[in-house]
Amino acid sequence: MTRTLPAAVGDAVSVASTTMAAALNRALADSLAADSSVLVFGEDVGALGGVFRVTDGLARRFGDDRVMDTPIAESGIVGTAIGMAMHGLRPVVEMQFDAFAYPAFEQITSHLAKLRNRTRGAVGLPIVIRIPYGGGIGGVEHHCDSSEVYYAHTPGLRVVTPGTPADAYTLLRQSIACPDPVIFLEPKRRYWSAESAALSDLGPAIDSALVRRPGDDVTLIAYGGLVATALETAEAAAQEGWSVEVVDLRSLSPFDDATLVKSVRRTGRAVVIHEASGFCGYGAEVAARLSEQCFHYLEAPILRVTGFDIPYPPPKLEDHHLPSVDRILDTIERLQCDDRG
Amino acid sequence: MTSLAPHPNPPPSMPQRARPLLPDELLCLLDASGTPTGMGLPSLDVLARLHHAMVLGRRFDTQATALTKQGRLAVYPSARGQEACQIGAVLALRAQDWMFPTYRDSMALVTRGVPATDVLTLLRGDWHSGYDPYAYRVAPQCTPLATNTLHAVGLAHAAVRKGEDTVALVLLGDGATSEGDTHEALNFAALWNAPVVFLVQNNGYAISVPLAKQSAAPSLAHKGIGYGVASVRVDGNDAAAVYTAVRDGVSAAATGHGPTLIEAMTYRLEAHTNADDASRYRRDDEVRGWLARDPIARLDAYLRGQGRLDDVRLADITAAADSFAADLRARMNVDEAVDPAELFAHVYAEPTSALLAQRAFLAAELGDAGEDL
Repeated sequence: MTRTLPAAVGDAVSVASTTMAAALNRALADSLAADSSVLVFGEDVGALGGVFRVTDGLARRFGDDRVMDTPIAESGIVGTAIGMAMHGLRPVVEMQFDAFAYPAFEQITSHLAKLRNRTRGAVGLPIVIRIPYGGGIGGVEHHCDSSEVYYAHTPGLRVVTPGTPADAYTLLRQSIACPDPVIFLEPKRRYWSAESAALSDLGPAIDSALVRRPGDDVTLIAYGGLVATALETAEAAAQEGWSVEVVDLRSLSPFDDATLVKSVRRTGRAVVIHEASGFCGYGAEVAARLSEQCFHYLEAPILRVTGFDIPYPPPKLEDHHLPSVDRILDTIERLQCDDRG
Repeated sequence: MTSLAPHPNPPPSMPQRARPLLPDELLCLLDASGTPTGMGLPSLDVLARLHHAMVLGRRFDTQATALTKQGRLAVYPSARGQEACQIGAVLALRAQDWMFPTYRDSMALVTRGVPATDVLTLLRGDWHSGYDPYAYRVAPQCTPLATNTLHAVGLAHAAVRKGEDTVALVLLGDGATSEGDTHEALNFAALWNAPVVFLVQNNGYAISVPLAKQSAAPSLAHKGIGYGVASVRVDGNDAAAVYTAVRDGVSAAATGHGPTLIEAMTYRLEAHTNADDASRYRRDDEVRGWLARDPIARLDAYLRGQGRLDDVRLADITAAADSFAADLRARMNVDEAVDPAELFAHVYAEPTSALLAQRAFLAAELGDAGEDL
């Protein structure tokens, strides 16, 4: 649903070329400038600018009381953010890496997600938890987890993940303005991907999926770091004569049934891809929902291309684990050849 | 053997503190017989208020336990014996201060002014919390241990940022001091010089596990020292001492002197909850020993000696408490309607389309086709 964004003034800024990291940095800066109740904190976010430099220069510009380094204590970061939000602030906190956010899990699932409900709507928590997630950067263990389902399974949280620099800006501005807690998952393998884009806080609604590339034969459903992979796959598929529609979910919770159902009912085929393990993965929910709502329109079973059901592999083996263009094309081929109606 | 060379870039020295981190002695102002120890006392008016509120608090507590036996409450964790901690702390708070209680602190909530029926909403099973936290500056009662310590620190820090004079009191027990969140909260509070008072009600047991299996530290107050938090130990059955310690902690916090940890030595006279069997882990003579240290009896004795209390006045106070309990009993005997549609109302600021569909599904299942939803 569309929400009134207090910080939104609709001023699109055209930039020649921006990376996702720079777009996120700009979104944080613009939110800090627009709303004095916004503050940013986490590990190394001050002088260093974060290990991925997403908060680069913010402490210098806004002061180290609004952009604060904290002790290395993730539960402490989220727990204190909850107290601050109870008292009128809008904390935007950074978890350094996906797997290092786990110490905060109890604060996130038992308190952040539930406080509005526990208090019958009296206490809302407008908090954004930024988490760099996913693999593809040759990271060692505990630095490459796709942890989205832990959060998406928790009622009360919104979970969003951008696939492009421009969307990173829009989604982060919207997340900071959102009255609900938002888990903001940043696909770290795309931090340095660049595009020329207009940055605007007035993009598609925070909970809507986007058709990134229209097509007729199959709907390819992706999010975060694999949106670019999906677009690449669609381009390659076009060489084979297949028209692939790419839908970028953007919001993992809530799920935009309307956009997805419309696309899949039209194409009659769907493939959902993600880096995370397939078992009980996000793709299972997507496949189930679309099967329930599109069954009579489907020409083939909904297929998944996901990571294997293994702990995230060491760097030299991660390419075997991550969904690749070839593996996705092979999966699309199964739909086309075996089940074309 | 090698000796360490001086660090090339030594860290800055620890900040100098105005207060000693841990005084040697346990703060006790009125001993178990009601005799002043000579360490000072709050005014007679304050002592009379403490006494009155403790009588009321205990009556509330025994009534709540009785309501579990009648099936009106799913469960009730009694705090009988801990009246001095809860009432002493709440009466030391100012209107603008916040409190972050646990599930065992129902007497504290009643003393703070939260309606008794709203305090019991959680245990009655109507909803997870029954009052608006902003109306009383009382957070929902926390059931997971120690998580509320961090909320208190965050709120206190926000208050400072906003230029407000607000102190956050967080209540926790001896068991909660083993949880990581307590340690993170003490560390954050000290680093941010946050206006927080941590009141550890050390009642000797975490359900069945005695303190000796919980901590090898010389005291729980020592845990504050390691983080640079000024810490004190008080007789937790001496309401005058708890009141004074919390008031001093609030005053220090409000004047920029940062957080305080108070370890209050007390005892849970009842089992963990009505569903627990305390005879499996502690002896009756231990309980009898603590009955002799009753927090109300010592104030009763002192106030009588000062001419502030006699049988007639006590009868009035007891009658008021009985009337309060009777009123609570009557209210709890009325079945409160719970609306299934509310299940979907507060998950997000606005229900998602999926939740609206589930609400309609449930309504249809209930046979009213959603007209009432």
